[in-house]
Amino acid sequence: MNTNGWDKASISAIAQELKDQPGALMVILRRIQDELGWIPQPSVPLIADALNLSRAEVHGVISFYHDFRDHPPGRHVLRLCRAESCQAMGAVALARHVKDRLGIDFGQTTADGRITLDAVYCLGNCACSPAITMDDDIYGRVSPAKIDKLLESLE
Amino acid sequence: MKTSMKPVVFVPRDSGALSLGAEDVARAIAGEGAGRGVDLTLVRNGSRGLYWLEPMVEVVADGRRIAYGPVDAESVPGLFEAGFLDGRPHDLCLGPTDEIALLKKQERLTFARVGVIDPVSLDDYLAHGGYEGLARAARLGAEQVVTEVMDSGLRGRGGAGFPCAIKLRTVMQTAADQKYVVCNADEGDSGTFADRMIMEGDPFVLIEGMTIAALCAGATRGYIYLRSEYPHCARTLKAAIAAARARGYLGKNVLDTGRQFDLEVRVGAGSYICGEETAMLESLEGRRGMVRYKPPVPAVCGLFGKPTVINNVLTLATLPIILARGGAFYKNYGVGRSRGTQPIQLAGNVKRPGLFEKAFGVTLREMVYEYGGGTASGRPVRAVQVGGPLGAYFPQSMLDVALDYEELAARDGLLGHGGIVVFDDTVNMAEMARYAMEFCALESCGKCTPCRIGSTRGVEVIDRIVGGQNQAANLLLLRELCDTMTNASLCALGGLTPLPVLSALKYFPQDFGLGDEAAGEVR
Ligand SMILES: Cc1cc2nc3c(=O)[nH]c(=O)nc-3n(C[C@H](O)[C@H](O)[C@H](O)COP(=O)(O)O)c2cc1C
Ligand code: SF4
Ligand code: FES
Repeated sequence: MNTNGWDKASISAIAQELKDQPGALMVILRRIQDELGWIPQPSVPLIADALNLSRAEVHGVISFYHDFRDHPPGRHVLRLCRAESCQAMGAVALARHVKDRLGIDFGQTTADGRITLDAVYCLGNCACSPAITMDDDIYGRVSPAKIDKLLESLE
Repeated sequence: MKTSMKPVVFVPRDSGALSLGAEDVARAIAGEGAGRGVDLTLVRNGSRGLYWLEPMVEVVADGRRIAYGPVDAESVPGLFEAGFLDGRPHDLCLGPTDEIALLKKQERLTFARVGVIDPVSLDDYLAHGGYEGLARAARLGAEQVVTEVMDSGLRGRGGAGFPCAIKLRTVMQTAADQKYVVCNADEGDSGTFADRMIMEGDPFVLIEGMTIAALCAGATRGYIYLRSEYPHCARTLKAAIAAARARGYLGKNVLDTGRQFDLEVRVGAGSYICGEETAMLESLEGRRGMVRYKPPVPAVCGLFGKPTVINNVLTLATLPIILARGGAFYKNYGVGRSRGTQPIQLAGNVKRPGLFEKAFGVTLREMVYEYGGGTASGRPVRAVQVGGPLGAYFPQSMLDVALDYEELAARDGLLGHGGIVVFDDTVNMAEMARYAMEFCALESCGKCTPCRIGSTRGVEVIDRIVGGQNQAANLLLLRELCDTMTNASLCALGGLTPLPVLSALKYFPQDFGLGDEAAGEVR
């Protein structure tokens, strides 16, 4: 993840490899998002060609789903759960703390490109609310102090 | 158990346990064992669902599982010192696992193996009664399978509570060159994690359930539409599917029945509405998750226009025990028209959060206090939301409602996927109502105006009421808006968002800056 470098050849290769899967567009977009961490705009015509779809259709699907990014994320992605169970355990105050500390809002990346802050609506870890993820790791019963420690441990 | 046998230690791989440091604990146990020259077997099981005790470590002593928890990496040397590998006493010792009161009080049918077995070991699954349901289903034949499921009274656990057998029968009776089974593993509701626990803790039971449904309905391909927030489920499912395929439980000739069935995991992309079954089908077909008009129902015209069985994880994961033990066995649990058991998920501000599988009929109060132990903060319980973001908020005075489909519906609520979220007295219910509208606006597929526009208007109107602007007129507007959303939305996102909003307003008018009389008018 978080490979901001990409090239047309690798995107075309993904599209060619998966184009015959049933419901191929979602499979291709999912793969690009997982491998690159975002979906670069120039992939749209490449995918559209491979699947014989219009660019508008491809673009429409990308824009519908929250996971698909049209900008590269920071080196780390921090996701805070904002849903009800986590709210009941202080997620609103936790979000305020993190936003103040990083100086960014949800959906933004710190100026040094270190951290992207995303909102997420339930991680299925509601029995350990409030819950967050940092890159691929999940954390439960997260306090402001715990998140500070986590942020300090990142490069 | 012979003392000469290798000690066995269980450390959950469930993502809830991992979120509390289970990986560090597993590493510490392996390291400490190696350092002491003890050759031990580390099994990474699912969670028993007692999350206040996670990470909960178990050992086998005298043939019995003994639990310790909550364990952190620092306490591992002390556990070895105390002789935990032989089940010896320690401050963290909880005694025999099956004697833990809140586990013992449950009726674990769907979750019988979760936390018990190694989730990716097919042999372990088989040793614990796995694939008995499919074997019996294959002997009975499709018609009889439908009868058993009908007799069990099993209703869809995804939210709508539709009888499972009717969908199976419809797909079975609809002729087509291709049919599908789709598992709805989108589990988007806040406060719910039962699907996740099954997929991480006993994935074979879901695979077996889907296979039973497929053979019954005549489907040869299956998809598990999994939300992207569950990467651990994806890994466990893929490992289990590969293991099942390697041993002939999936593939061209399932269990030598001469029948074909195979399945794959498809990961979603962070869209709540894709949990709605027709939006899910659109997404599987590679499009935006726009809700379809019904009819036709998916059982007749579903994925790629073909007859499709589409059910929630829990519904499908309950088919194996129904087929293994018979419909009557399952139906014996429960009350009224809610038969069997419901995996209840207790979350939010609660001392003992977790998963508790109980026969239908237990009350909300029992769950919140006897199981949950009241709030985690120690403050009074003020509101309890049942059934996810589209479910009603209940005040203290209504906690005696029984958790079954009809009882909740009679109180303008719903069971949904069985999630309960507890709030203490610091909650501001106007903010929760506002959040419900905001969430609807964020996740609306945009097909119908009441949902797409109404939800955004709803946020503004609530803000005006709370801000004290022209309250009477704005209350009227909010009521009309909710009426329109209820009556003119195509699906339940727009149609049910008024439930949390209106229940918050009805039971907690003071939070909106209103007197009781004003709120009374809203109903
Ligand atoms: C907005 C919305 C979200 C839904 N989300 C889910 C979900 O996450 N999981 C699920 O199983 N059903 C969900 N449903 C219900 C499904 O549409 C459908 O009823 C269910 O998959 C049928 O399976 P069942 O009969 O086994 O419950 C949702 C419905 C709506 C309207
Ligand atoms: S109610 Fe909302 S989510 Fe449902 S179909 Fe209409 S616009 Fe889409
Ligand atoms: S509500 Fe935050 S993890 Fe479920």
